[in-house]
Amino acid sequence: MIVAKRKPFAEIMAMLQGYDKVLNVGCGTCVSVCLAGGEREVAVLNTELEMARRLDDAPIDIQGQTIERQCDREYLAELDTIIEEGKFDALLSMACGVGIQFLAERYPKIPTFPAVDTSGLAVNQAVGWYEERCRSCSQCVLGTTGGICPITMCAKGLLNGPCGGTNKGSCEISAEQPCAWFRIHERLSGQGRLDAIRKINVTRGWNDQTPRNLIQPGYKKPERMAK
Amino acid sequence: MSTETNYSSGSNLEKVLKSGQFAFTGELGPPRGTDVDEVKEKAHFLKGNVDAVNITDNQTAVVRMSSWAASLIAIQEGLEPNYQMVCRDRNRLAMQADILGGYALGIRNMLCLSGDHQQFGDHPDAKGVFDIDSIQLIALVKQMRDEGRFLSGNEIHKPPKMFIGAASNPFADPFEWRVHRLAKKVEAGANFIQTQCIYNMPKFREFIRLANEEGLTDRVYILAGVTPMKSVGMARYMASKVPGMDVPEEIISRLKGVEKSKVSQEGINIACEQIEEFKAMKGVHGVHLMAIEWEHMVPQIAEQAKVLPRPVFS
Repeated sequence: MIVAKRKPFAEIMAMLQGYDKVLNVGCGTCVSVCLAGGEREVAVLNTELEMARRLDDAPIDIQGQTIERQCDREYLAELDTIIEEGKFDALLSMACGVGIQFLAERYPKIPTFPAVDTSGLAVNQAVGWYEERCRSCSQCVLGTTGGICPITMCAKGLLNGPCGGTNKGSCEISAEQPCAWFRIHERLSGQGRLDAIRKINVTRGWNDQTPRNLIQPGYKKPERMAK
Repeated sequence: MSTETNYSSGSNLEKVLKSGQFAFTGELGPPRGTDVDEVKEKAHFLKGNVDAVNITDNQTAVVRMSSWAASLIAIQEGLEPNYQMVCRDRNRLAMQADILGGYALGIRNMLCLSGDHQQFGDHPDAKGVFDIDSIQLIALVKQMRDEGRFLSGNEIHKPPKMFIGAASNPFADPFEWRVHRLAKKVEAGANFIQTQCIYNMPKFREFIRLANEEGLTDRVYILAGVTPMKSVGMARYMASKVPGMDVPEEIISRLKGVEKSKVSQEGINIACEQIEEFKAMKGVHGVHLMAIEWEHMVPQIAEQAKVLPRPVFS
């Protein structure tokens, strides 16, 4: 899932300076599961903002609304009846970067601010602990790397590791960080498939250097949206 | 030796190795500023005592004078540079441009490295590039040289003919992978290898034995990495703080066993004993001496290691 972390409170306060009527929009999907931007987090942040702004002698009228998915037009439409003309002078979004942008796009006249920092595609290792596993690079190599992603898990994103910095199974950057290629080697060795990494992985073209549009086979852009 | 190629880089190091003589290379770290005299002073101690000198590239991810610029100063001082290039700071466009520029101005050797992670250095928040990795860089320099083509496939007018070097760390985990990785570097096109500093001799002997067994030492020249210990503190630091470094307890106790004023000489003695063994070791073709911030000791070490005079080619 997509994971995110709430921004430092001071940063959120600074963004909202001068705005008095704000709607904080939560998202019920990924950021809700990773405890960053669901209904509960919206309520907590709103309470903190109300208290802090009262102390600053600049009270804020902040409301909260959590929708199922901010990255989906169908769910975003639910906000149309709430966000009436002139009712809010700013929107705060606790969705991932995708949701924040879709919200901003739907209400282009109202300034929209991010309340979280989106931090990747991760697995849930334990309650509250998420580990990044995919950089969505558009060319998956997991088939030859024992199901462990070197683009994400190797600090240098090497395609021909492990490098000389492997330190007793850890990455050179920290003893806490497992070396991705050490693990790849270990897993492939266990499967009797080391040949998969003894071949040279040639230079790849990076497919993520321009904004990506994905249209599944058999589909096309709706005519009204095609330029 | 099947590294014989039909090109001629004009590299002195290549001539030494191809003539079958035991090579001896040094290292020079560029300054953290623009002081040309600092490079010249270090170069002065190396000149005539080594066949080529590695010019480090933002070593340990700390900003220094660019390695190609310091390489050119070395050339002016009569030293042959081994231009180090790391994958951390440049994408494929910048790399190829620097290879062209370096060659055009007289650089003939290159050492292709991944580079220490930026987190170690003085700009830990920098964006690491790693567009390509060290093995892909070796293949790139070879393609530019042998096929006369850029990575894109486009033709190069007057291609750069570099003598291609790579690094090897026989001591990083997993041990059995280290010879495989060496094989990949040879396959990619490395002509010579400079190893990580060696302190664990039994492990290195085993590494070379495996490399000999795989036939790798017939395809690539191997220069064993040697760094004399200056102090007990340095030995302890290398043992515990430097990733992928293997310093056995015997080295530390041997240094501790001599009077404090004689520790650095003992470090040099250990290094020279190693060099003696490397001279006779099948599959080792030279030594790469990394006398870190100790360049002024190189003449004495070279003398004691009996590697002088260095070969001269007309």
